[in-house]
Amino acid sequence: MKSEHIVGKSVPRKEGRDKVTGRSQYVDDMVLTDMLFGATVRSSIPRGRIKKITFGSGIAWDEFVIVSAKDIRGKNCIALIGDDQPCLASEFVNHPEEPILLLAHPDRHVLPQGVAAVSIEYDPLPAILTIEESECPSQIVWGEDNIFKTYVIEKGDVDGIWEKADFIVEGEYTTGAQEQLYIENNGMIAVFDDLRGITVWGSLQCPYYIHKALMALCDLPPEKVRVVQMETGGAFGGKEEYPSMIAGHAALLAIKSGRPVKIIYDRMEDMAATTKRHPSRTRHRTAVSKDGKILGGEIDFTIDGGAYMTLSPVVLSRGAIHAGGPYYWPSVRIRAKAVATNVPPHGAFRGFGAPQSLFAMERHMDRIAREVGLSAIEIRRRNFLQPGQTTTTEQVVREPINLGKLLDRALELSDYQSKKRRFGTENQHGATRKGMGIAAFLHGAGFTGSGERYLSSVVGVEGCADGSVRVLVSSTEFGQGTKTVLSQIAAEALGLPYESVSMAQPDTLEVPNSGPTVASRTVMVVGKLVQSAALGVRQTLISSSLLREAYTADEFRAACQRYVAAHGPFRSWSRYEAPSDIFWDDQKYRGEAYAAFAWAVYVAEVTVNLMTYSVAVDDFVALQEVGKVLHPLLARGQIIGGVAQAIGMSLYEKVVWQNGRMQNGQMTNYIMPTSSDLPPIRVFFEELGNVYGAYGAKGIGELPMDGPAPAIVNAVEDALGVPFDSIPLLPEDIMDGLASVSPFGAALAPQAASDE
Amino acid sequence: MNNSRVSGAKIDISFVVNGEPKTVHVYPMERLLDVLRFDLGLTGAKEGCGEGECGSCSVLIDGVLVNSCLVPALQAEGSSVVTIEGLASGDTLHALQESFLQCGGAQCGICTPGMILAAFHLLNLKPDPAMNEIREGLSGNLCRCTGYSQIVEAVAEAVHRRTTA
Repeated sequence: MKSEHIVGKSVPRKEGRDKVTGRSQYVDDMVLTDMLFGATVRSSIPRGRIKKITFGSGIAWDEFVIVSAKDIRGKNCIALIGDDQPCLASEFVNHPEEPILLLAHPDRHVLPQGVAAVSIEYDPLPAILTIEESECPSQIVWGEDNIFKTYVIEKGDVDGIWEKADFIVEGEYTTGAQEQLYIENNGMIAVFDDLRGITVWGSLQCPYYIHKALMALCDLPPEKVRVVQMETGGAFGGKEEYPSMIAGHAALLAIKSGRPVKIIYDRMEDMAATTKRHPSRTRHRTAVSKDGKILGGEIDFTIDGGAYMTLSPVVLSRGAIHAGGPYYWPSVRIRAKAVATNVPPHGAFRGFGAPQSLFAMERHMDRIAREVGLSAIEIRRRNFLQPGQTTTTEQVVREPINLGKLLDRALELSDYQSKKRRFGTENQHGATRKGMGIAAFLHGAGFTGSGERYLSSVVGVEGCADGSVRVLVSSTEFGQGTKTVLSQIAAEALGLPYESVSMAQPDTLEVPNSGPTVASRTVMVVGKLVQSAALGVRQTLISSSLLREAYTADEFRAACQRYVAAHGPFRSWSRYEAPSDIFWDDQKYRGEAYAAFAWAVYVAEVTVNLMTYSVAVDDFVALQEVGKVLHPLLARGQIIGGVAQAIGMSLYEKVVWQNGRMQNGQMTNYIMPTSSDLPPIRVFFEELGNVYGAYGAKGIGELPMDGPAPAIVNAVEDALGVPFDSIPLLPEDIMDGLASVSPFGAALAPQAASDE
Repeated sequence: MNNSRVSGAKIDISFVVNGEPKTVHVYPMERLLDVLRFDLGLTGAKEGCGEGECGSCSVLIDGVLVNSCLVPALQAEGSSVVTIEGLASGDTLHALQESFLQCGGAQCGICTPGMILAAFHLLNLKPDPAMNEIREGLSGNLCRCTGYSQIVEAVAEAVHRRTTA
């Protein structure tokens, strides 16, 4: 065996060379003979009955392939959780941009003329567009009460706590929709023939979600649906569920036309029609003792799911479980609710509900600090979860995490104390105000509760004819480094060079269902399965007496070659088994919500310009404990990228809605950070390890999305003395906030509580 | 897609792409991006926004960095175009490609061709840029994955390699 470790080293990205040379094949780079181009005709109103569809004159309609709901031979839905979302609206539309008709044409230049020539008349119905309207409810737009899902997490005796409280602190916090804004727009190519059924190639995260959706839509058995992931140009959750819709559309056109069909969204269509981060509203009411200890509280967490259920119940679940932050709550009642509105369904986006509820929690901690008269540091320190204590779902913290120490290190790295002192003096004059903000948080890795048990993921590792090994997973690469890190794990397990491991293209014809590529689960959960499947390959070679227990890479290669020559390529499979000490009660929402949590303390330093009301993040320290870091370069890249997206969510990215439709669906008016907008993002790791993950790894991808927004908004409050409880926080909001505190100057007084 | 782009008669347009003379028969107002991708099969240039905002379609025309989604094919007539496919010499990567690999400058890879060409252009203008000049110089190219730090570091690394080579 090799003695040198491969995990923990920044080996070259597997597909890196193709990416820097432009050779990587994304779906729009793929061209098939006789291919048609497809487009979608969508609703222009938020809610109504389709009265009449007219195909305008001056168009050679006989050149077009036209598909409506009537052409669907299976079930007209996108099979996911609720199966309530139609693939094509037939009678009613429930949100703007809802797909109604599909067109295909051989000339992509002619296609838009066809789309423009279809006119649809509606009998409009009243629409509801906000959480408050949905709760009212003046209209029932979904089910019996506009509610997709509720959860209650209850711990201890909350009702008895209020009379013991020295302080009762209340706050309401809201977050807006956020567009994932992967730079590669969504796209799919479909081909159909009677013998092989339907094949789709596309930009996607979850091959088996699409596989399931196409089986239902096209009424085909599993072996007649094939889904292949092309190189995918960013996803961030935005290609978790909606690609099933686009694959369905391409498939319907391919079935009807008998020709390959390519559907590629342009930016405006992608932004207007596909999912975004759920807008949220969180209300906190917290009982606190005079020494700043949380005694208990109520948290109401509500998200806007849009017109169909899609993934809202799961987003809600994660948001609810994270709502209490990394703090010990002797008692708590968390009521969580996902409501329906007539906007395009909101969906998965990095963090998946947790950035929303943690924004509220961490803003609320600063509010509690202020009301109790403690510093932002001290209030957190006094309430941090300790090993042996339980979370809001009564999960015992078994890891030896020391959040106080993590906080100390973050304060030191950010030079927090001396900067606070300096800004306190400097903020008296000039046209800028500077502030420091903290956020402490956690993120659960893997599916929630029983989720991994239900997924029951399978992974394969193959011994190949040339003596190398190949990893077979449906886990997809979309920038995070899936291919690289899973290869490292297999190489480490087998004691082989990294170069001896390759990754199969995610293709449902070949790779098993190792679950969706979501929830920060790939390295921790799938990686662990890769490790055990790899050991199975080794065991096969040893059992067949071709290999000794201790071997060199050359001996392994020779043994593998001999085995394949004699028996053909062989595969070792590994299926997820839930650890016996993990217990979760789906009914009471109690127990081990996650096999592991990542923990973090982030510190933001900001400057607010009093002339322009703009906020600049000057420094950002991201310190986290994520178990063992298997690839330092990729891990750092994940954290920086996540922080950057979260800075966007905090200060730049506002979805402007009008009558349920996104009005700023372009990169020119939906503003994400550029390289000159961002500070150096300084990344630091603590590594405690994790017994459940491959080589001690935990999930990492979503964590950095959770903390920056509250850290930044806390820093803005620190700079201005005015609390802001909504994101995105744009200059006009700061102007309004300052104007609302009268007289103007009083708002800019130095901070009361010292952090000493 | 705007109709006016594909109206009128197709014409022959001749230009040099990555050192090779090419003639294409296209609508004069077709986007250079589409001509490169569909007519010449050079799919390294990507469409991210179609309106000159994201820079994923960046290529060089006579040494000048342009968003090829905003350039009519006609404008390329007689020019010399460089795309990502023209940067490496055979199997030998350009220093910037090497440094992007080494420093984690490419994640999902969709902005990478444009980003590398933008960096190439920057270093032609300013062979030894300061970190803030790199950040400024690349601010016309959007990346959603990296938060830019490792891209900026990759460009600095390429400069370092060149100066120490």
